[in-house]
Amino acid sequence: MVSKAISATHREIMNWLEEVKDPEIPVLSVVDLGVITDITVTDDGIHIELTPTFVGCPALDMMKVDITEALTSRGLPPPQITVSFREAWSSDKISEKGKAALKKFGLAPPPSATLVTDIDILEHANCPRCNGTNTELKNPFGPTLCRSIHYCLDCREAFEQFKPL
Amino acid sequence: MEHLALKELLYKMADDLLILGHRNSEWTGFGPLLEEDIAFSSMAQDKVGQAQALYQLLHQLGEQEPDTVAFTRNAEQFHNSIFTELPNGEYDFSLIRHFLFDTADALRFNMLSNSPYTPLAQLAKKIQGELRYHTLHANTWIKQLGNATEESISRLQNSLTTAFPYALGMFESSPYEQEIISSKWFEGEEILRQKWLESVEAIIAKTQLRLPDVTLTAPVYGGRVGKHSQHLQPLLDEMTEVFKIDPTAEW
Repeated sequence: MVSKAISATHREIMNWLEEVKDPEIPVLSVVDLGVITDITVTDDGIHIELTPTFVGCPALDMMKVDITEALTSRGLPPPQITVSFREAWSSDKISEKGKAALKKFGLAPPPSATLVTDIDILEHANCPRCNGTNTELKNPFGPTLCRSIHYCLDCREAFEQFKPL
Repeated sequence: MEHLALKELLYKMADDLLILGHRNSEWTGFGPLLEEDIAFSSMAQDKVGQAQALYQLLHQLGEQEPDTVAFTRNAEQFHNSIFTELPNGEYDFSLIRHFLFDTADALRFNMLSNSPYTPLAQLAKKIQGELRYHTLHANTWIKQLGNATEESISRLQNSLTTAFPYALGMFESSPYEQEIISSKWFEGEEILRQKWLESVEAIIAKTQLRLPDVTLTAPVYGGRVGKHSQHLQPLLDEMTEVFKIDPTAEW
């Protein structure tokens, strides 16, 4: 491809990436999810560093395709996307806006992972529907790698939580 | 020579994860209850993904692409412990293996998170965080079923007795063990085995199960040097079936 000067700024790219959603959680953008850990714009192109939530996350390839699409649809060359473990992703990287979107979606946002010194904290999820605290952990594994399954004894509904990691 | 030692270390970890990941996936659709079906399927996904990331590190060290490495080697080229390739058996055996293996793997990646080989240390730190969910799951069920009914206790006990010599086989020393230890890439299998035994004993002590006497148990070695049981080749045949029909297929 003939390289042309890239006029997009870091901020513009971030804004466009806001439109790229986690394929498994369609209310959460990759920016709010905290997986976009670096954007470099040079004359040679756009370089994006992607830090996966889980090593085996199957949504990663789809995210790469969607990120590429978001930029090429604006006339930019396809970015170079690197998957990195330089700094491990943590659920604390989800933005406050992202956490609110999760809760609205019916998925309990993760409690701060820095507080999770003992994983037993998983037992104490707050129900995203009725805000009940009288809940129990049904399964540390859920429909996707990043979710656990809980039951609310207050409103008697099962719910899922985005796991603290 | 240094690279050979490092590659051997990466291969055995990746192969353990790929093979046990595949075994875990065999529970998909067959779990004794829905939650366990989901749990073993999720752990399968984690493990195969972690294996792929380790194969990617090997690729950076000059080995073939992850898919090529995973799908085109013969049984004798795999470095996984025999323990991971044994058939699932009934749920009690799978649960005991999950407990014994993941306790070791969580400790292994914990030790490796300090490795001076940075790409491995970074990945180990990440995997270690994920494995906390695997050990939480295993410990919960071992404690519950290890204290539940006469049947659950005797089933787990039988599986524990059967699994134990194979589990000790996970710590078969590498042909490059001294080099790996002196280069500080990894503290070595013997230290890992001691830590593992301590952790396993601490959980078993909370149940009505008894751990076989380690001093009277002969470990089942061979997997790390490519000498496998009759169970690995059929697993590989199944795992590579689609790839062999059409290596360029995408799915």
